[in-house]
Amino acid sequence: MGTAVFTSSASSNTSSLNMTQGVTDISHRVYDLHMIILGICVIIGIIVFGAMFYSIINHRKSKGAQAAQFHESTKVEIIWTVIPFFILIGMAIPATTTLIEMEDNSEADITIKVTGSQWKWHYQYFDHDFGFYSLMATPQDQIQNISEKGEHYLLEVDKPLVIPINKKVRFLITADDVIHSWWVPAFAVKQDANPGFINEAWTRVNEPGIYRGQCAELCGKDHGFMPVVVQALPQEEYDAWLATQLQDVAKAKQAEQQALASTMNMADSMTLGEQTYLARCAMCHQVGGEGIAGAFPKLKDSPIALGDIKAHIDVVVNGKPGTAMQAFANQLTAKELAAVITYERNAWGNDTGDVVQVSDVTPEAK
Amino acid sequence: MTTLSTADSHEHEHHDHKPKGLMRWILTTNHKDIGSLYLMFSFLMFLIGGAMAMVIRAELYQPGLQIVEPNFFNQMTTVHGLIMVFGAVMPAFTGLANWLIPMMIGAPDMALPRMNNWSFWILPMAFSILLSSLFMEGGGPNFGWTFYAPLSTTYSPDSTALFVFAIHIMGISSILGAINVVVTIINMRAPGMTYMKMPLFVWTWLITAFLLIAVMPVLAATVTMVLTDKYFGTSFFAAAGGGDPVLFQHIFWFFGHPEVYIMILPSFGIVSAIIPAFSRKKLFGYSSMVYATASIALLSFVVWAHHMFTTGMPVAAELFFMYCTMLISVPTGVKVFNWVATMWRGSLTFETPMLFAIAFIVLFTIGGFSGLMLAITPADFQYHDTYFVVAHFHYVLVTGAIFSIMAASYYWLPKWTGHMYDERLGKIHFWASVISVNVLFFPMHFLGLAGMPRRVPDYALQFADFNQLVSIGGFAFGLSQLIFLVVVIKCARGGEKAPAKPWEGAEGLEWDMPSPAPYHSHTTPPEIK
Repeated sequence: MGTAVFTSSASSNTSSLNMTQGVTDISHRVYDLHMIILGICVIIGIIVFGAMFYSIINHRKSKGAQAAQFHESTKVEIIWTVIPFFILIGMAIPATTTLIEMEDNSEADITIKVTGSQWKWHYQYFDHDFGFYSLMATPQDQIQNISEKGEHYLLEVDKPLVIPINKKVRFLITADDVIHSWWVPAFAVKQDANPGFINEAWTRVNEPGIYRGQCAELCGKDHGFMPVVVQALPQEEYDAWLATQLQDVAKAKQAEQQALASTMNMADSMTLGEQTYLARCAMCHQVGGEGIAGAFPKLKDSPIALGDIKAHIDVVVNGKPGTAMQAFANQLTAKELAAVITYERNAWGNDTGDVVQVSDVTPEAK
Repeated sequence: MTTLSTADSHEHEHHDHKPKGLMRWILTTNHKDIGSLYLMFSFLMFLIGGAMAMVIRAELYQPGLQIVEPNFFNQMTTVHGLIMVFGAVMPAFTGLANWLIPMMIGAPDMALPRMNNWSFWILPMAFSILLSSLFMEGGGPNFGWTFYAPLSTTYSPDSTALFVFAIHIMGISSILGAINVVVTIINMRAPGMTYMKMPLFVWTWLITAFLLIAVMPVLAATVTMVLTDKYFGTSFFAAAGGGDPVLFQHIFWFFGHPEVYIMILPSFGIVSAIIPAFSRKKLFGYSSMVYATASIALLSFVVWAHHMFTTGMPVAAELFFMYCTMLISVPTGVKVFNWVATMWRGSLTFETPMLFAIAFIVLFTIGGFSGLMLAITPADFQYHDTYFVVAHFHYVLVTGAIFSIMAASYYWLPKWTGHMYDERLGKIHFWASVISVNVLFFPMHFLGLAGMPRRVPDYALQFADFNQLVSIGGFAFGLSQLIFLVVVIKCARGGEKAPAKPWEGAEGLEWDMPSPAPYHSHTTPPEIK
């Protein structure tokens, strides 16, 4: 699985008309609460609108209705103040117990840190010291209506969050830049990711499957393109997945060491650089490097891409505080970093001829 | 309840020295002229904000990006919201207050006429600034009408200063308008017009004006902090400097929730005038209506954080705000029950104002129900920031506030223009609006429940059918409003001559004046019985 695009047809659990019942005890209780309140509202609506439409039909002047003279009654006023009050108490009791249970974040089996940034999620497995970014996998061609849209259009990622079923998984949720909101309807978990602060949420999934959600707080241009995909696996499969992941992490570290010693040539750098640029940079700086005036600076013919190479490396690796420019040190491999900077310095007529090497970017990154 | 003698009002008409042409409108201190300006301005804004809604619905007509880029889409949702709230609904209510309050309480004009002129004329400036920011490099505000930090500070476009300046001017205009209403109502009631004899429209506006004076400065403080965070290096809302982005939301919603009631309380007053008139029966429970309005206003100050259940509040705070929010449904329910009791065993007729008022009661109540559902914190975790919320607030603002403004326009148009409006066109406008508005907003409930987030320019395939339906409803509703424009222009130009009191069951001092109402209202105080 790993980097494969997740298009499996496992339980999607979506309804086109009503709230999902979800796959956790909590989500079922939330669904029940929703249905109870909806039912109460419908009944009150039928009574109130029923009385009103009875009046509209039968108390018409055209039917010769004479207006009655009554216009106040303290008794009636008290009755229709007190009865709703008791209905509200009836609603508040189950709501309160459910809420208190939802907010009990203690005694978790697994802790995962969820970090939102423009426009992707990062998942860090606290107990195993590894983590990864999860980006939307829907190709631009589908969004621009060039190719046909897939089944999970906008709700698919390159690497989903993987959790075991029947375990209390605690999420520590935060953000790097603006406020995002991590939402999986099937778990009834929606928690804002606030930059600089950590929020808690938890879930215990009953059924294996793939569950899809989205960022729920407006977070800028690509807010609509920031899906959340969670795969819940039985414990053994989760353990196997985890073992593969840890091996992959070790391998990647080795590859990084080897890359340090290697020399990158222009052609390979430009190929890898273009891939990386289109996947990670083009959403702001645009495919042709022209940027969006007033919002995202251009790179084509720009002082940064044509000027001092150290300054260019610094801004890509460490970001630019106080702006939307993120630090990519931990988001890309050193090889990708070097390649993408080479690409920016040589694409679109920026012909500097510079080829950035892995060793150029690593000291900055560490 | 009340009568007055306006035998000498014709004499006074001859003493009007109003300038002609454009200068009449620029220099006017007359409450009716200023009321008309407010109403015309608000309708213009309604059309501009509506055009933006059309852009939004056209983009969402089918999945994929077709018409606009995501960044421009965000500007459309943001400016649509700002224009509809600050440019359409609030000025429309201020316009109605200007026209009606002096006539209803037996005063010659508003208490502070020069300030009145200024409070209107700074509004076009504010909205010119806001709209012009859309044409700047980098675009206009794109962070939602709620402008949550840090999206509106560190990450906002360069035009944010213009947005802040525009909001400041709108706020000043609202505060000035509110002060004028308070001073007028307290000081200029005709002898014998005690507080508990005032029409409910006057009561609800008095309470609204106090809400405005209380919370518009809070909005001003919020935008000022956004300004200094963005341009002057402060860190009110940035964790890195010791601030907190959630603080922004607390301050914003401390303004924002009372603001919601600012946009609905005057509606309650309008409907409380129209329902009795066409039921030919006195309003049921006048005093309980006054108390209910006051309780809603007071409760509106302690419910703000129900907009923020997902921000990570302590359980105790979530419970407090959930309970307080649920409590608001009690006085709101009392109002709905009172209106139904007023209609009960009345002698009903269904002219256009009554149709809009009845639609208001039904559809506003549906918005109230979804509001009650949203108050239930655990369920709110699922509803929050989805189309369910979009459906909720459009039910209370479009079929609530806007429908009541439509009802008021039809009800008082004969008094304003001296002509009856075209009843047939009015009914066509009503039925076209009430059908299309439900096609537009009702399916949004389902979209939200099925999991579609708000403020997205594109969506997953399972939402496609409903979005198409919603867009069709949206276009139909938008077009239907042009009928209203035709009705008003026709009515202003001519038509059947309106009697002083065109509605059999209408009550209030304004109906004792001739139609059209003389340029200066009650120049001698009317007698209140």
